[in-house]
Amino acid sequence: MRATVLVRPKGGILDPQGEAVERSLRQLGFPVGDARIGRVIDLEVDAATAEDAHAQVEKMCERLLANPLIESYEIEVGDEGGPA
Amino acid sequence: MTEPRPRVGVLVFPGSNDDHDAAWALTALGADPQLVWHAETELLRVEAVVLPGGFSYGDYLRAGAIARFAPAMDAVAEFAREGGPVLGICNGFQILCEAGLLPGILRPNASLSFVCRDVPLVVERDDTLFTARCQRGQELVIPVKHGDGCYQAPAELPAEQVVLRYASGENPNGSEGDIAAVINADGNVLGLMPHPEHAVDTLLGSGDGALILASLVDAARERSYVRA
Repeated sequence: MRATVLVRPKGGILDPQGEAVERSLRQLGFPVGDARIGRVIDLEVDAATAEDAHAQVEKMCERLLANPLIESYEIEVGDEGGPA
Repeated sequence: MTEPRPRVGVLVFPGSNDDHDAAWALTALGADPQLVWHAETELLRVEAVVLPGGFSYGDYLRAGAIARFAPAMDAVAEFAREGGPVLGICNGFQILCEAGLLPGILRPNASLSFVCRDVPLVVERDDTLFTARCQRGQELVIPVKHGDGCYQAPAELPAEQVVLRYASGENPNGSEGDIAAVINADGNVLGLMPHPEHAVDTLLGSGDGALILASLVDAARERSYVRA
């Protein structure tokens, strides 16, 4: 089962990468604001059901993939999506 | 009679690069350092532990996030639970935060630049195992060298857990409240971004780091007396 985890810096957390990218985009003429940079983790999970896969990935997020002090995460599960 | 040399464990992770510097400094300051490979499951008769600087596991995911699951870290957590002194320097500080042994987390520097220079620090507490040889308000000059040193404190961090701050206007990384060193509530686990092991010999610049490491060696020696 494919799973994708989206990890984002929480609101209010300083994100210097996002700020640097936002400045560059503005220099290129794109009128953007509030750029934030997170990360995407694609996984193959050994699970019979989407619920089981989701529960497993939730545990992975809590233990390793995200730090709850500064990051929030979203989990997407399904046979579709992820890298081809 | 010469004072006994207390055994101090220095952890070695894949990517540690200040382990031998820490061991050299501890030897110079009267300790008997023991390098402990990360895959070890026991700390053998050590009176203190140092988690050295470096880039364990390439800082992948988040600095310290993977090293915290090394088998030796279970032994360090147990050692800390029993009151053993644990000092985390730079990457060691990052690992202690990720392991939950210290509050907060270290984020990429606000400048996004790696910083490597001497930094003046102010001692906020001189009543800890790690700063007993310092004086409150004293200025120490100790080098930093890191890319991820911007300390993010949890909302409820008590001020008394801040042991060192960067001197006013000298914050090298955007750290909240100029925080350079944090101690746990029980007072036996300390993390700091500056490298005291690189400041123990005035021939190479500042000798102020010796005050921190010698305080730790004193605490380790006290424990060896209690054990004996």
